[in-house]
Amino acid sequence: MAAQGSSIDALSQFQLHTALGPLGAAVNFSQSNLFMIVAGVLTLGLLWIGMRPRAMVPGRLQSAAEMAYEFVYSMCVDTIGPEGRGFFPFVFTLFFFILFGNLLGVWPYDFTFTSHIVVTLALTLAVFVMSTVVGLRIHGLHWFSYFVPQGVPKPLLPLLVPIEVLSYVSRIISLSVRLFANMMAGHVMLEVFGAFVIMLGTAGVIFWIPAGLSLAVNIALIGFEILVATLQAYVFAILTCIYLHDAVHLH
Amino acid sequence: MSDDPGDDGPSFEERLKAARSRQGLDAPPRSPGMDPGGLGQSPWGIGLRVGIELVSALVVAVAIGYGLSLLFGARPIFLAVFVLLGGAAGVLNVWRSFAPKDHQD
Repeated sequence: MAAQGSSIDALSQFQLHTALGPLGAAVNFSQSNLFMIVAGVLTLGLLWIGMRPRAMVPGRLQSAAEMAYEFVYSMCVDTIGPEGRGFFPFVFTLFFFILFGNLLGVWPYDFTFTSHIVVTLALTLAVFVMSTVVGLRIHGLHWFSYFVPQGVPKPLLPLLVPIEVLSYVSRIISLSVRLFANMMAGHVMLEVFGAFVIMLGTAGVIFWIPAGLSLAVNIALIGFEILVATLQAYVFAILTCIYLHDAVHLH
Repeated sequence: MSDDPGDDGPSFEERLKAARSRQGLDAPPRSPGMDPGGLGQSPWGIGLRVGIELVSALVVAVAIGYGLSLLFGARPIFLAVFVLLGGAAGVLNVWRSFAPKDHQD
């Protein structure tokens, strides 16, 4: 379906269809929603099934669940400080939702819901609103001093405060676009090289060598995609922690 | 014996630490917090990060400037001012990301 005729259709993989047959069609339940639910269920399953033995010496799945918990926990506490414990459930949910979404997308026939900017923008807005509200609740109106850089002559403030405010608001764009662009670019590349394999492979014996090279590139890209999927989930979570740190500590 | 006031220089712990760091066995101390763990150190990763930081501030600034210009009349003064401010904010974002790490945060 990638290489119909002689053109590469790399973007149709991001189109939404309704899933779950007529029931899903009736309520516009798309495959994106389906994989969000799958990601949530997998996260819950990892914790629930993994922690069921409650063994003193953990098995593999329990180790994975414990390491996941401790990894995010230490990330919260190291970055935000002792107050980070309160934000641990939020960051954990966010990290594993994105991580499973990204990793599911590498699996064949699966849909990457993080490759839609609507999804990443919604997640980012949640982070942004939350860190702002946390800052306002902890510091009250004093929170606005976050936008006043220290040690700056007074006459420059009318220029610098708008710049700081813009820099703060631009987090919405940079955080959401970073995840979205990474995921979309990776999947477009996979699709393009996959189409090369089909088009060159069916074009004649001479083209089998470049077709094989494209296949090799695609194999390397899959590995790279797994790296990017994990890394971007981590980046999203750690940036959330850094923003919350700014909200809690101001500078 | 346990609290022997040794007067022969540094303690065993200190000497062990010095020897380990001489051999490069200790990981270099991580700067807490602000450094996202040396992420995206490949040239492509750095380029993408700088680009996103620069452009995102500009996008926000242009959106605000455009909206204010629409609100307050025909002349796009706000747009012109906010494009400049957005560029500055983008550079600020990049500086925040790539400032020297000993810089007090």
